[in-house]
Amino acid sequence: MIALLFRDLKLAMRAGGGFGLGLVFFLIVTTLVPFAVGPQSDLLASIAPGVLWLGALLACLLSLDRLLALDWEDGTLDLLATAPLPLEAVVSVKALAHWITTGLPLVLAAPVFGVLLNLPGPGFFWLVVSLAVGTPALSVVGTFGAALTVGLKRGGLLLSLLVLPLYVPTLIFGAEVARRGAQGMETGTPLLMLGGITLATIALLPFASAAVLRVNLR
Amino acid sequence: MTLIVTDLAIARGGVPVLEGLGFALEPGQALVVRGPNGIGKTTLLRTIAGLQPPLAGQIAGAEDRIAYAGHSDGIKPTLTVTENLNFWAAVFGARGILGALDAYDLHELADRHAGNLSAGQKRRLGLARLLVTGRPIWVLDEPTVSLDKEAVGKFADAVRAHLGQGGSALIATHIDLGLEAATLDVGPFRAVPKPVDDFDGDFL
Repeated sequence: MIALLFRDLKLAMRAGGGFGLGLVFFLIVTTLVPFAVGPQSDLLASIAPGVLWLGALLACLLSLDRLLALDWEDGTLDLLATAPLPLEAVVSVKALAHWITTGLPLVLAAPVFGVLLNLPGPGFFWLVVSLAVGTPALSVVGTFGAALTVGLKRGGLLLSLLVLPLYVPTLIFGAEVARRGAQGMETGTPLLMLGGITLATIALLPFASAAVLRVNLR
Repeated sequence: MTLIVTDLAIARGGVPVLEGLGFALEPGQALVVRGPNGIGKTTLLRTIAGLQPPLAGQIAGAEDRIAYAGHSDGIKPTLTVTENLNFWAAVFGARGILGALDAYDLHELADRHAGNLSAGQKRRLGLARLLVTGRPIWVLDEPTVSLDKEAVGKFADAVRAHLGQGGSALIATHIDLGLEAATLDVGPFRAVPKPVDDFDGDFL
């Protein structure tokens, strides 16, 4: 399992691996918003948590179509399916690798992007906390979507259509934590909901992903 | 342990292709699967490798003992030859990759990115992977595609060495490998097409 994780990380760093692509996309989205909204720093401050969360979510989506499709195209998935690793472990490790290469950089870079959007002072801490708790769910749900669409030619668009609705609960509670934090309100309840969603997806979805992958490999 | 297949029926895309197929593969034996294109050789091998369920029949002695090599080699173009092999060795918990590099003469290419290899060199790398799996039953689908004569010889040597160590091999191929192997012609097992389903039949 460790070998698979390191291989995926290595592949992401190599040429064409797509590491940092999500981060740059996130940067561009958050830079474009102030241009679109215009010079209204109050308005910007009040929409900042939502925009940051939306940007992070779209950035996560960007690299999902490569998650399993590349391994399917070159036959690696067939070989992994016949290897001693259970497919549940394979999809979990793939989701973890996706989070490390996409989710984690977003979490770490989010405060910088918060400045661009005039995020109020107390909001920075809660933005990072909400992203750190919420983004693992994005990777796990995304892996499920990737498993559903693996083997389809140009499955990327279908993948987005399948996955985005599944992101709604995470988006609602993640943005709520950041918003309440920014306004100095109590954040306990939405944070617990967000954590619950993340833990539930991590516990359940790898089994679903492995099951659909088995069907798609036939 | 012997791989025993009894009364196997398999389907591709929902259409039955082979039925009533049975054979036993003892340790130390190789079995060459032959048959015309589209008869279901690949489907048969994928079913035995556990990638798809059979329609009917049993496959005994295959669980966690099969090293499968299909049409694609599962090679990552941005990793070097050594990194590719090391990955599979780690997945299968095998010791070292030197033997595999030796067997297919890959030492010179060891530090090259796999994306820069020729088709034949990639195939050699794909076959070298079998040696690091440590699995006793090799299930190989057209293993010699794009190999030159010399490499085919190396492949035959590797299979012979594998059989000598008590392994076995099930190989679908159209060429003569010069192996002392039994042949399984799957032609006679072609599935009989089912009559059109009655409900639809009324409309046809």
